[in-house]
Amino acid sequence: MKNLLLNKVKRGALVGTVTVSAMAMLLTGCGEAPPSSGSGDGTKNAAAADYLGCIVSDSGGFDDQSFNQSSYEGLKKAEADLGIKVKEAQSGATSDFAPNLSQMASAGCNMTLTIGFLLAEATATAAKENPDLHYAIIDDNSIKADNVKPVVYDTAQAAFMAGYTAAATSKTGKVGTFGGINIPTVTIFMDGFAEGVKYFNEKQGKDVKVLGWDVATQQGSFANTFEIVQEGTKISNNLISEGADVIMPVAGPLGKGAGDAVLAANKGGKDVKLVWVDSDGYLTAPAYKSVLLTSVIKTMGEAVETIVSDDLNGKFDPAPYVGTLENGGVALAPFHDLDASVSADTKTQLEEIKKGIIDGSIKVESKSSPK
Amino acid sequence: MSGTELNKPAEESGATPATPASKPAPEAGKESNGTQLVREIMSGNAVISVLAVVVALVIGGILIAFTDSRTTSAMGYFFGDPSATFKAMWAAVSEAYGALLRGATYDPGARTWQGRLGIFETLTFATPLILSGLAVTLAFRVGLFNIGAKGQIILGATFAGVVGFLIELPPGIHLVAVVLAGAIGGALWGGIAGFLKAKTGAHEVIVTIMLNYIAVSLVLYLLKNQLRDPNSTNPISPRMHESAMFPLLLGPNYRLHWGLVVAVLAVVAVAWLLNRSTLGFEYRAIGENPRAARTAGMLVSRGYITVMLFSGALAGLAGVTQLAGTEKLLDSDIAGSIGFDAITVALLGRSRPWGTFFAAILFGAFKAGGTSMAINADVSIDIVAVVQSLIVLFIAAPPLIRSIFRIKELRHEGV
Repeated sequence: MKNLLLNKVKRGALVGTVTVSAMAMLLTGCGEAPPSSGSGDGTKNAAAADYLGCIVSDSGGFDDQSFNQSSYEGLKKAEADLGIKVKEAQSGATSDFAPNLSQMASAGCNMTLTIGFLLAEATATAAKENPDLHYAIIDDNSIKADNVKPVVYDTAQAAFMAGYTAAATSKTGKVGTFGGINIPTVTIFMDGFAEGVKYFNEKQGKDVKVLGWDVATQQGSFANTFEIVQEGTKISNNLISEGADVIMPVAGPLGKGAGDAVLAANKGGKDVKLVWVDSDGYLTAPAYKSVLLTSVIKTMGEAVETIVSDDLNGKFDPAPYVGTLENGGVALAPFHDLDASVSADTKTQLEEIKKGIIDGSIKVESKSSPK
Repeated sequence: MSGTELNKPAEESGATPATPASKPAPEAGKESNGTQLVREIMSGNAVISVLAVVVALVIGGILIAFTDSRTTSAMGYFFGDPSATFKAMWAAVSEAYGALLRGATYDPGARTWQGRLGIFETLTFATPLILSGLAVTLAFRVGLFNIGAKGQIILGATFAGVVGFLIELPPGIHLVAVVLAGAIGGALWGGIAGFLKAKTGAHEVIVTIMLNYIAVSLVLYLLKNQLRDPNSTNPISPRMHESAMFPLLLGPNYRLHWGLVVAVLAVVAVAWLLNRSTLGFEYRAIGENPRAARTAGMLVSRGYITVMLFSGALAGLAGVTQLAGTEKLLDSDIAGSIGFDAITVALLGRSRPWGTFFAAILFGAFKAGGTSMAINADVSIDIVAVVQSLIVLFIAAPPLIRSIFRIKELRHEGV
């Protein structure tokens, strides 16, 4: 049913586009016809013009404001910067993965990016069937093959800093987090967040509590979906009513649900803040910038562009790429509008923590960290 | 089960005008409405189905043309050079539908054999649609809307999975056991709705939709606990044993598997059941007019229960072909959109077994070609969803089609 609704919305968008196009035609149809020359703008280099970079999403789609979107934008950037050709396919269901990948192979994609661990099985099969083509899979480190590059992130490092920030800015002494599904790519954020809070308590002699996640038992609050946005609102409301005043949703599109809950709570007189994940929410989810404390960023776009450009230059390497604070693969976003609510002391401490994590003097441990 | 006892609630529901309803007759109004609509749908002519597809494709083409970036930029100077706009529109539509057609049938330009012969991919996608479409068709003929194909597919796949990845059996027997388990799983889930309909008059549309939700949650629960792959933290099952899988029909290059043969056999069986058997005669009589059928001494409630068992079993088999044919492991998304596409397929096939068969192949082609269209012509795959939805619209609103093409009351000219 949800898919039907979603399709309806998308259909609505199409109809809207048609109407707008028709209006645009009426309004601007008086422009000059361009000179009829066949050649467009020259391509950047000959090899790039023949290079096909392809991307297959998981069921979140390229507009998920999360890892599908960041990876997609990275590939589009490679298209613009390097002059390569791009093919894209969105998967609506698990059963779409294999057909999408086989279409990409038959189109002759030099590099196919697959987004998410759900595609691991299909990617491994496609890579085996097409040993001459290259693959890169985001957020999965299970495939060992000469033509597959796993791309994973030690997100706990950046989430640790977010947890520290959250604890330092909390007034109620309680911060909360919840996940989409209890899977390693989600819980690694929650581990890091909780560890960061713990570190704050140790250093500052405070007792800030983390609601929604227990590192020891690896259990906590989960919506059990990445799709039903309202579940995010529900869980956030619970966390807020239990006293949490900083919330970190790790649930893709459900972050929007959490944002709505925070906005509503603040309207009712509370002072709750939001920590976004995956991308800088200030840019990708501007509706919530008034409550956005910071974001735990995975810089997938950059990683994707690098991998594609390396492959284009014949430097493909199947060794896993692990994003860390050190190589900038993960980062804590600026505080933007809420800059004033983070004290100068905290900012200095965060710089020290970052240095400590990079040089190894601070250990961030998560069961889900890439090995 | 005594027939008379079962028959009682249905009897009540069948409009007994003299008795003032102490409790409201469960579906006196709904049943006649539903029956009427079913009859309306079944009376649809093949011409209407074809025209619905054609009109839907034309409208889809218009959407493709207007959303194409070349068209929109050419429209910027429409009055300077109108032909450029039309050229761009033509290029967009012919590219998109060309890619759709090639992806669904034969594409000489593709790099791999899989890509070249898309027709086999079409048949692969069609296999579960044939079976689940038959499930909806069969229930339609008795006057029931089985909206629950999704849940029945999930239950079928779950039962089949338990036999397929938890139990080891000798080759041959294993696959047969998987297929039977899947049919039983689907039949149980469909049977619940049939039983409730016959016993209490609970409307099957409501019950089957609710059972869909229950099925999704149930399988997710099982996948997190009893059925989870011990080597995975994700809610997915272990892989099916090789002996529990349908063998591939055309070798390792294509995904097409023996499930297609099962589907074709099911079409033959349902056609025989409906057109040649006594039970099928009863089904059709109940579908035409349950009150008349009851007066003629048929057990309407037994009809409801058995048809939902059969219908559920067919949908369960669709789940088996997904799991043991293409997907190899169970996840909560095993039914995908098949359960709802099945309704469209049955509508398009005018609730005839062979009509459903061809409609399912058309939808399989949309699916296989849609992927190719999205990738090779850069047209959103949502266009396929739009075309499919328009087909439903045009079939479910036959008067609209009739008025567009000035077809006058085909029904009375004999179908």
